[in-house]
Amino acid sequence: MTPAIELIGIDKRFGAVHANNDVSLSIAKSSIHGIIGENGAGKSTLMSILFGFYAADKGEIKVQGKTVKVNSSTDAIALGIGMVHQHFMLVDPFTVLENVILGAEGGALIGPALAKARAELKRLADEYELDVDPDAIVGELPVGLQQRVEILKALYKGADVLILDEPTGVLTPDEADHLFRILQQLRNQGKTVILITHKLREIMAITDHVSVMRRGEMVATKETAKTSLEELAELMVGRRVLMHVEKGAAHPGEVVLDVKNLVWRDRKGTPRVDGVSFQVRKGEIVGIAGVSGNGQSELLDVITGIAKATSGTVLFEGEDITDLNDPSILRRRGMAHVPEDRQHRGLITSFSAAESAILGWQNDAGLGRSYHLNRNAVIERCRKQMEEFDVRPADPLLKSSKFSGGNQQKLILAREIGSNPDLLIVGQPTRGVDIGAIEFIHKRLIHLRDMGKAILLVSVELDEIRSLSDRILVMFAGRVMGERGPDADERELGLLMAGVVKDAA
Amino acid sequence: MSARGELPTWVDVGLIPLINLVLALLISGLVVVIIGENPFQALGIMLHGALGSLKGWSYMFYYATNFIFTGLAVAVAFHAGLFNIGGDGQAYVAGLGAATPGLILGGALAAILPAGISQPITLFVALMGSILFGAFWAFVPGYLQAKRGSHIVITTIMFNFIASSLMVYLINNVFRPITSMAVESKAINDAYILNFREIGRLIGMKLPSSPLNPVVFLAFIAAFIIWYLLWRTKLGYELRAVGANSEAAIYAGIKPSRIIMIAMAISGGLAGLVAFNEILGVQHRLLLDFVGGAGFVGIAVALMGRSHPLGIVLSALLFGLLYQGGTELSFAIQSISRDMIVVIQGLVILFMGALEDAFRPSLTALFFKVEE
Repeated sequence: MTPAIELIGIDKRFGAVHANNDVSLSIAKSSIHGIIGENGAGKSTLMSILFGFYAADKGEIKVQGKTVKVNSSTDAIALGIGMVHQHFMLVDPFTVLENVILGAEGGALIGPALAKARAELKRLADEYELDVDPDAIVGELPVGLQQRVEILKALYKGADVLILDEPTGVLTPDEADHLFRILQQLRNQGKTVILITHKLREIMAITDHVSVMRRGEMVATKETAKTSLEELAELMVGRRVLMHVEKGAAHPGEVVLDVKNLVWRDRKGTPRVDGVSFQVRKGEIVGIAGVSGNGQSELLDVITGIAKATSGTVLFEGEDITDLNDPSILRRRGMAHVPEDRQHRGLITSFSAAESAILGWQNDAGLGRSYHLNRNAVIERCRKQMEEFDVRPADPLLKSSKFSGGNQQKLILAREIGSNPDLLIVGQPTRGVDIGAIEFIHKRLIHLRDMGKAILLVSVELDEIRSLSDRILVMFAGRVMGERGPDADERELGLLMAGVVKDAA
Repeated sequence: MSARGELPTWVDVGLIPLINLVLALLISGLVVVIIGENPFQALGIMLHGALGSLKGWSYMFYYATNFIFTGLAVAVAFHAGLFNIGGDGQAYVAGLGAATPGLILGGALAAILPAGISQPITLFVALMGSILFGAFWAFVPGYLQAKRGSHIVITTIMFNFIASSLMVYLINNVFRPITSMAVESKAINDAYILNFREIGRLIGMKLPSSPLNPVVFLAFIAAFIIWYLLWRTKLGYELRAVGANSEAAIYAGIKPSRIIMIAMAISGGLAGLVAFNEILGVQHRLLLDFVGGAGFVGIAVALMGRSHPLGIVLSALLFGLLYQGGTELSFAIQSISRDMIVVIQGLVILFMGALEDAFRPSLTALFFKVEE
């Protein structure tokens, strides 16, 4: 039987990032095909290429056995491909009907289209358990129903292949179960479903086939019935060459950071950090592992005073800083922070390296008396840091954006470590950084630990966590799933990252 | 070795403004042709009108004085990521701060002190008054943006209208002497900035008549101070950080809401200096619409000057030239009205602001082709 979709040798680069590296994929008709992988593995890029948002640099797309060109989402829809995005593309003040006909109004007057859609919606509701009140205002519907509207939109436009991007991220378990029933109905009626997710349980629960992506490559495609949670976890995380970091035993001292029962809710009231407790001591590195988007970023924001905790407490060197909410005061007290997102937070790309190298420390007395900012002192400080951290090119006046990722990261580390902090909080220290710089950065972190400083490390790179940390916490859905030693089994960590607790089962 | 898509500085701050200016002039030339006049003759009259005599030069610098103030006002806000369109209203309201000390305090001081002492004191108070009133009128929209999220573009535009109504009311009902028919205050003689012609007369030098007065030096000093503030102080660093990347600024512990309010106050204070120049150095009374649209010209000046004080001084002089030359042009050729300058000004804003990105890609492409 001809596959519904075939992708052959898809290649896509974004600047230095190889998002899709010679990816091939074949998706059988009337099946549910899962694509899993960590964030940044290239799943969404691949689907965006299929849906016409990006053009592939190389490669071929076949729909129903015929080679096609997909230059826009309109092309994709015409080929019978529909997509339900992670962030819904709905017009909130419109009714369900109005949203469904969006892009298919069929003329200057929308009356006929609305009537047709109403009839069609009734049919779809009966057939697939997709019932939604057609006259409800979309913005007033719960998230699960909004997602149903997205699915209806795609089906109304004649989709035979439905792509769902992380569909359960916003759903309650009940809503997710209902969604799965809908997807099964769709498959049974001959539709093809592509499900992008990083949740292993979902894959096991409803897919027929599963493909694993890692770092832009398609690692494996398996029949779901013939694989296991463990195997998938391993494929997803990967057995990378363990980079060896020389390090002796840790000598933990007194507690520097003490987080108790910390909760942070987003605007919608969803707890993104959900009752997290842990301690970081002098002379140790505590690593937080987890697939990104499981509350690590929010946790760092709350600890560093950028976001306000909903409840719980944060003690820094014995002092309650929960309600302080002032990164500059925390910095002065000795809490340095290397942010996860260096492009948007760590430095200001339009500033010179020297100016970026004082970000957060601009009020240092060493940089000029009272209001004055001594330009020579700023440049001199940057020059020293560049020398110590081997930043290339060593030009303090060069724009920050013109340094490579690794050198930008070194600049930030130099700034934060250079302040001689008691506690260093590091998010994704080596994301998008070349091998040489990774080694250098790892050595510096170990060195800092051996000097008796406390380090909290957050990384989605399991290898990095394992080779650097003295203790490993795994976060999933805002919670700490467990604590393990540095010699913990990779597979076990992988399962924890996917929210599977073995001991409890 | 610049990254792709980034032009060298000289293209960015020199060539692009120049291309935009030339295009604006070309299209204005077309308008002149449509009117039925010779564009080259028109250009010649304009240049001669501004640069052909000491009087022309004086007027050019007089116009430029106001434009430097308003251009700097727009630029300071712009560096903090804000678009202050309310320069006109801020300068207008600042008229209260400029005029009141001369009307009330000046007389009292003059009664007890010799003029050589009372005048400078009154002028200093008036200077502070101009800055403070202008700053206040910009601070309120800044506060609303920082604390309530009201968009600064909308609020500053609305504040222009409020300023206009408020000033008409105050000048008519408070400042106008009861016996006077003209809607203006009585003459302010106790805070009087002599213009250069008057100063020249004192020392026996004959200078052409023009409103140009020593406040022009204040404009150059202000440009230097703003440059210093932005690139040599911690506040300036924080201000630019908020404008360039507010998320990074928050990470650094800078409070954007605080910076927004400070930047707007500085911006309004600069616009307020227009009132100091116009009321105490030129008109010597508080009158209706004394700002004359300088606040809006400031937007074009700042855009053209790339929001850098040096660029602003240069582009303010250019606009001063256009204004003075345009006035001469409307005298010389009856069918061309003074509004021709507004057309050119509008075209410059259009090319610098709205259409800038239209030329940038092709220019970038061209530039890298040549470089390779």
